[in-house]
Amino acid sequence: MQPESERPVTPAAATGRTVSPAGALLRPLVRWESALVLLLIGTVILSTQLSANFTRSGNLFYIGLNVGEIAIMALPLSLIVITGEIDLSVASTLGLSGTIMAWLFAHGLGVWPAMVVALLFGVVTGAFNGMLVTRVGLPSLAVTIGTLTLYRGIAQIIEPNNTIGGFPTYLTNIGIIPIPHTQIPYSVAFFAFFAIVVGVVLHATPLGRSIFAIGANQETAFYSGIRVKRIKFCLFVLSGVLCSLAGILWTLRFGAARYDDGTGLELYVVTIVLLGGVSIFGGRGTIIGVVLAVAILATLEEGLTLAQMPSQNQNIVVGGLLIASVIIPNIGELYGRGRDRARRFGAGAAGSAAATAAEAPELAP
Amino acid sequence: MSTAADLGRAEDAGPSRLRTAHIAESLLRWRELAIALALLLVVGLTAADNSDFVSVTSLQQLLSGAAVIAFLAIGETIVIITRNVDLSVGSVLGLSAYLVGTVFQHHPHFPMPLVFLLALGVGLGCGVVNGALVTLLRVPSLVVTLGTLYVFRGLDAVWAGGNQVGAYSLPTSFNDIGYGTVADVPYLGIIAIVGVGVATYLLHAARPARDFYAIGSSPEAARLAGIPVARRVFTAFVISGAVSGLAGALWLSFYGSVDSTAGTGYELEVIAAVVVGGVAIFGGSGTVLGAALGALLLNTIGSALVVVRISSSWEMALQGALLVGAITFDRIISRSVVPALQTRRSTRAARV
Repeated sequence: MQPESERPVTPAAATGRTVSPAGALLRPLVRWESALVLLLIGTVILSTQLSANFTRSGNLFYIGLNVGEIAIMALPLSLIVITGEIDLSVASTLGLSGTIMAWLFAHGLGVWPAMVVALLFGVVTGAFNGMLVTRVGLPSLAVTIGTLTLYRGIAQIIEPNNTIGGFPTYLTNIGIIPIPHTQIPYSVAFFAFFAIVVGVVLHATPLGRSIFAIGANQETAFYSGIRVKRIKFCLFVLSGVLCSLAGILWTLRFGAARYDDGTGLELYVVTIVLLGGVSIFGGRGTIIGVVLAVAILATLEEGLTLAQMPSQNQNIVVGGLLIASVIIPNIGELYGRGRDRARRFGAGAAGSAAATAAEAPELAP
Repeated sequence: MSTAADLGRAEDAGPSRLRTAHIAESLLRWRELAIALALLLVVGLTAADNSDFVSVTSLQQLLSGAAVIAFLAIGETIVIITRNVDLSVGSVLGLSAYLVGTVFQHHPHFPMPLVFLLALGVGLGCGVVNGALVTLLRVPSLVVTLGTLYVFRGLDAVWAGGNQVGAYSLPTSFNDIGYGTVADVPYLGIIAIVGVGVATYLLHAARPARDFYAIGSSPEAARLAGIPVARRVFTAFVISGAVSGLAGALWLSFYGSVDSTAGTGYELEVIAAVVVGGVAIFGGSGTVLGAALGALLLNTIGSALVVVRISSSWEMALQGALLVGAITFDRIISRSVVPALQTRRSTRAARV
């Protein structure tokens, strides 16, 4: 069910598994993205059924507005997940960046310099994650669960009690007014721009192929001369910067910042990435899929909100979607794995060869 | 986050494993001692500033406050030892606490043992869901439990709405569990100590429990050795769910009122406690005792901050810093110990 064309190393080579001839013929037709398109059409129809207001003109703006920042954070996370790592600190970075910007602004710095400093802090937070993962060699899951708490905690130290606002109206207007002559919110325009850049880099440049190669088999990538650690480090820095940008947009949209802004958004970001067809095991994924997942989640959220479902309850839907988006491709894999196991009992050597090859992290110096 | 990368561990089985285990074990013993020392240091320094910190009431508060997290840490430790993670513990706690609260609200004379059975049952149910998704459908536990974290919390929110169950709805005998003491030791502390003691003994002595360590060290080797990996991992999640369910009842007896937000964010506190307590996040090593001491240390630091007049807003950042510091420390330690073993491993790999 996963996008076949994006595999730099075939799954058979990476895991010792083989694809049946019938499956190989069918797979290009049954792409994950086509399923997403159908799902998107489904959610649009569902949303129009849930509320007559859904198709009202001007609603497009609000659909985009609610999801813009989350969508921006999903782009670098997609790349990180494709390399086989994860970043759970995205929402905390968003909160920290907004708090820093607002605090500096409240203490007399101009709003534009404050934004620049917030972005620089994004570089620092991303570099800290990246350094711990690549240089110290820690698992990214543990690191980013730690920095999720750490960054949120730092934001809380900076401004524990108050909500800081008072930004110039021409900036906070991005939460009310779309780009002139369109219905597109500014955050969505940023997302579109970065989606194109990231999409082109991922799918059409050597760097992009390297990112897939790292996710498919880190050791092979390393011995092919790919600078595994440097690329991973840069991706974490990119994640820090874009999450900071999301934090700035978030703060301006609401006209104020508080340390707990965006708590729990990592659920939405991870859901978008996995729903978009990026494999949690690394090595596969497309930016088109991620963009479609953004559209699906945005439509669904707006539909449920218009149907007056409280946001706490919407979490059930999003959490369920997250689990489903991993289960569905897995069911196909499980079928293959069962056949594969039967085969492996015949020829045990293939399994142990794949096993030796998979031990990448220890060997990269 | 298992499968492919773990296949390679199959090569580790053999005499070198025994030595690794030995070194790891002595390091862990040392770790528990280190946490105990850190705990004494924090208590000592704070007491030097304000001697009330070591008064009986204050120490009781410290023990009771850490008890719920320490209790949750029992289940989380077992799950992490199998190289998985359970992020849904806080939501399960919230669901069970609200269930207990509502039961008492509608049936004030509900028998006490049945209440705990109910709490246990709802936890078991959640654990079965997590375990089934992880083992039957082979979805990484990180994704499953991040999803169920929000699904369970959402169910709680749908059920509770804006409703809050206050202390006046709870029978006194139930509140006593949270506040009562035996010879100056709070019940909650005793319950946590007994729980940790039983879990420590079982993890050390029971054969199926040793399987958890084997699975965490190398799932593939464990499978080849004939250990029913899926069944054991399933059990680990069920235990974690059941423990979180029970913790929900204990939580309510301590805090006295409950709404749909009970236990939000506890998963981070529990993981911080477990990791600071020396349980390797990649599985295969660690003890419940260490995790419980980690919980006690984090809770004591939190309380000490208030006593020495540092704003309590520092607590979260310190917790995160300790978590990151602990895993970095572990890594650096293992880097200085493992090279010899590493060389042996690569020669072995070269031979294959």
